[in-house]
Amino acid sequence: MNIYDLTIHELKEKIAAGELTPAEIKKAYSDRINEVEDRVKSYITIIDELAGDELADYENKKEGLLAGIPIAVKDNMSTDGIKTSCASKMLENYKPPYNATVVEKLNEAGAVIMGKTNMDEFAMGSSTENSAFFVTHNPWNLNHAPGGSSGGSAAAVAAGECAAALGSDTGGSIRQPASYCGVVGLKPTYGMVSRYGLVAFASSLDQIGPITKDVEDSAILMNVIAGHDPQDSTSIAGKKEDYTKYLKEDVSGMKIGIPEEYFNLEFDEEVKASVLAAVEKLKEAGAEVETVHMTDASYALAAYYVIAPAEASSNLARYDGVRYGLRSEQAADVSEMFTNTRHEGFGDEVKRRIMIGTYALSSGYYDAYYLKAQKVRTLIKDDFDRIFNDFDLILTPTAPSTAIELESKSDPLEMYHTDIFTVPVNIAGVPAMSVPCGFDSNDMPIGLQLIGPHFGEGKIIQAAYTLEKLLNINEKRAEL
Amino acid sequence: MIDKKDVEYAAGLAQLKLDEEEKEKYTEQIGEILNYVDKLSELDTDDVVPTAYTVPMKNVLRKDEVKESLPREKSLANAPDEKDGHFRAPKIMSD
Amino acid sequence: MTTKYETVIGLEVHVQLNTDSKIFCGCSTEFGKEPNENTCPVCLGLPGTLPVLNKKVVDYAIMAGLALNCDIAEYSKFDRKNYFYPDLPKAYQISQFDLPVAENGEIEIETEAGLFNIGVTRVHLEEDAGKLIHEGSIDKSKGSLVDYNRTGVPLIEIVSEPDMRTPAQAKAYLTELKMIMEYLDISDCNMEEGSLRCDANVSLRPVGQEEFGIKAELKNMNSFSAVEKGLEYEVKRQQKLLDEGKKVVQETRTWDESLNKTISMRGKEEAHDYRYFPEPDLVPLEIDAAWKEEMRKEIPELPREKYKRFISELGLPEYDAGVLTGDKDLAVFFEEVLSDYDDPKNLSNWMMGEFLRLLNENGQAPFESGVSPINLAKMLKMIDQDIISGKIAKKVFEKMYNSGSDPETIVEEEGLKQISDEDELENMVDGIIADNPDAVEDVQNGKDRAIGFLVGQVMKETRGKANPGLVNQMLRDKLMD
Repeated sequence: MNIYDLTIHELKEKIAAGELTPAEIKKAYSDRINEVEDRVKSYITIIDELAGDELADYENKKEGLLAGIPIAVKDNMSTDGIKTSCASKMLENYKPPYNATVVEKLNEAGAVIMGKTNMDEFAMGSSTENSAFFVTHNPWNLNHAPGGSSGGSAAAVAAGECAAALGSDTGGSIRQPASYCGVVGLKPTYGMVSRYGLVAFASSLDQIGPITKDVEDSAILMNVIAGHDPQDSTSIAGKKEDYTKYLKEDVSGMKIGIPEEYFNLEFDEEVKASVLAAVEKLKEAGAEVETVHMTDASYALAAYYVIAPAEASSNLARYDGVRYGLRSEQAADVSEMFTNTRHEGFGDEVKRRIMIGTYALSSGYYDAYYLKAQKVRTLIKDDFDRIFNDFDLILTPTAPSTAIELESKSDPLEMYHTDIFTVPVNIAGVPAMSVPCGFDSNDMPIGLQLIGPHFGEGKIIQAAYTLEKLLNINEKRAEL
Repeated sequence: MIDKKDVEYAAGLAQLKLDEEEKEKYTEQIGEILNYVDKLSELDTDDVVPTAYTVPMKNVLRKDEVKESLPREKSLANAPDEKDGHFRAPKIMSD
Repeated sequence: MTTKYETVIGLEVHVQLNTDSKIFCGCSTEFGKEPNENTCPVCLGLPGTLPVLNKKVVDYAIMAGLALNCDIAEYSKFDRKNYFYPDLPKAYQISQFDLPVAENGEIEIETEAGLFNIGVTRVHLEEDAGKLIHEGSIDKSKGSLVDYNRTGVPLIEIVSEPDMRTPAQAKAYLTELKMIMEYLDISDCNMEEGSLRCDANVSLRPVGQEEFGIKAELKNMNSFSAVEKGLEYEVKRQQKLLDEGKKVVQETRTWDESLNKTISMRGKEEAHDYRYFPEPDLVPLEIDAAWKEEMRKEIPELPREKYKRFISELGLPEYDAGVLTGDKDLAVFFEEVLSDYDDPKNLSNWMMGEFLRLLNENGQAPFESGVSPINLAKMLKMIDQDIISGKIAKKVFEKMYNSGSDPETIVEEEGLKQISDEDELENMVDGIIADNPDAVEDVQNGKDRAIGFLVGQVMKETRGKANPGLVNQMLRDKLMD
């Protein structure tokens, strides 16, 4: 295997055994980026000098969990002195004066940050086609989308342009691209990973999580980034574990629920077949699988498309041209500056969601939309809690299809529907992981979603690890 | 459903400038989305408490201690325009 | 015949809390720093930043609520108030909408017309915005300059019921509120510096009508006198409109200090749809009985209670009680002296007289001068014991004020002891009698006033140290048989 195809744990083994040095690893990944980046286009910013500094600092951080390991970071996480654009013209030249907490943790662990990855603008989208700069291509088929909004991160991992990456997930933005790109993506329980430094989209739904080549790497990254942060009031204390202790091949007695309402929705037959085949494998390994009944996922999607835009409309109001970011040249007064700047700085999807959100919060409509959606949210949360009383995990497909073709969905609603299986998870605040379970007849990856109860990352990791070993497809790489 | 006036009102509140074409387009698209969202009314939520916080936490507080502020140059570093240590913006009202 | 109208006034008062750090970040709240020196990613609202609540801010809000006789919420939360303005970095203010920290309070105020209870609707927490100044003049402005030092400074907003019926009542309410906040020591309460701000809602209704009239909101009154003048002007303006059969427009008006009138801001102010929703970046507050009790214990005797006690228990006249309790430090100073001295009226005279005179001349606060409560007590006792005369005491007091020394030392060093020794005095008196035969003759001829002249001579001779009472008596004994 090429160095750039190795996982974090394999790279660490080789470093420890003296077979590879961090400098060699860095070079291998840099060369790989040079080789494929003009076709995949995962990165908005590639960091060279910083990686150099971190290599020099390797001796001090040798004990770090990620010492010498190249990691990519989605471009909506603040990096001190390094452009953080959120793939928007609004922040095209914005350099934060501080690091996100997760970035500090990566640095403390000795990671080598390779660069900032492409995404849908302000994390609004499901294909990375909403980036204001350029489109990222799926390494498995360059005519297809990598998914979104963490498309750049998922593609970079799948293409070997980094050992692993961080993404963010508000309605599926880690899991869906992981599924499309044949890699592992975990959205942790809301509050397990600090949001300090993550440019906010929908505050009550956003979470940062790892995108990796296999389940073991996911556990390693979680050990680095999870945990309480006093700078984030919604960050939870006392629940962090050593996630690597769940890397066991054992699902005997695990109760897994298959929601009938989700599987009854119309979606790709090959995806369905692949997911159900994986379910059989789990049953053979001793898991107890049963059908369960849950609220139709489309209600969660409807609630999401009120709550997320509402919070976003407020979170994105700060982009007014006064203190940082784009400022329109033409402005006779402040009011014109506000409207011109926001017109020039925001793309179509962002504007659309801001307006939906503004409308949903406005006088006369708050009760019918926002308040109603927050009540439905309670119903959905209770629904998950009810199932988890009797079950360890819930299993669904990650996405209704494999990676869509670029430029194939022009209708916003159609694009929103690709999130149907992932959104309910964010609404309830529970953790979920997408793990590769097969390929379709076009050799495009299919992903399966394992959902756990609050703080159930351990169970998820254990089941996913077992499945990964049973399916034995995690060593397959995209041919570029 | 939602008409152009609603879109204009929302755009005004959100400080977004839209041309006629955009107003038409958004009216249609947002209308479709809100149509879909309307299915929420199919669920009975009369006795349901809204979830404002998925995290069941309360009283997250910090001590009243002064921490170092950002050096002024850093605060102003991304400013499109500045003067005498202030952020500078156009005047509030045109004549 | 013109209709008689009743004035209805409600006040919204913003009080800046004097915590060391801001409400949601660790930046200092210190006033008067260079622009943008007290800022950080959080209070600048940089992308990705999050608020973390300062506990002391909640402590102070609970104290304020209790002091205003409010119910303290068991469950309270923050909400976002969304609007665009250059001095608002996040384009929303974190405030409280439907579940404030305190509600349903009231305070007692006193005007010339008597005592009144004014209801307090609510007390809630919010963050302050930055400062925007117009480059050039307001009408020929070239730009806007913004300083964000003030963003994130904690505020409590105190909303009164529309219970006030005269501008005088409004002024009394504002004064009482300010004193309460000073007694709690949670704010500098300085209108000139902006740590106390007042907006008013004013309307008129025909006497006897229950329904409120249309109200105007008044802003930009930056002193107590501006509040009173602004309200008086507005009441007259509305009265005139109604008398002419016109309607009052619901609008915001700004008080113009130079023109002495309120001016409509219509056209510059659009109706605000603030789109309040619960702040997702903060978790709710649960205030239990223990927390309330802890804060209740921090509340000292409040101004009205102290005022009443000074009158009923210490027997002070209303005027004295008013002056002494009008300033918290003055009241505390007064009480500290009293722990060592038992004539409140005498002490009050000295404090309202000499002490306040010197404090005002020197621009100092009660505990900033050289006079300590213990030393003032000592000095007063020395007067009572005839060790020094009242007149000499004024000199001693001024020396104490400037040097911080104690009265015994001063009297000793300056030789200011009152001469009460009979032999010594007799010598002086005999001497003066010998030197002033004309005056003596006047006295013996029944001109009583000449005694005063002779006493004066003795006082002059002794540089004021002779015990004037004794001297007077001695002269009478010797000259008037």
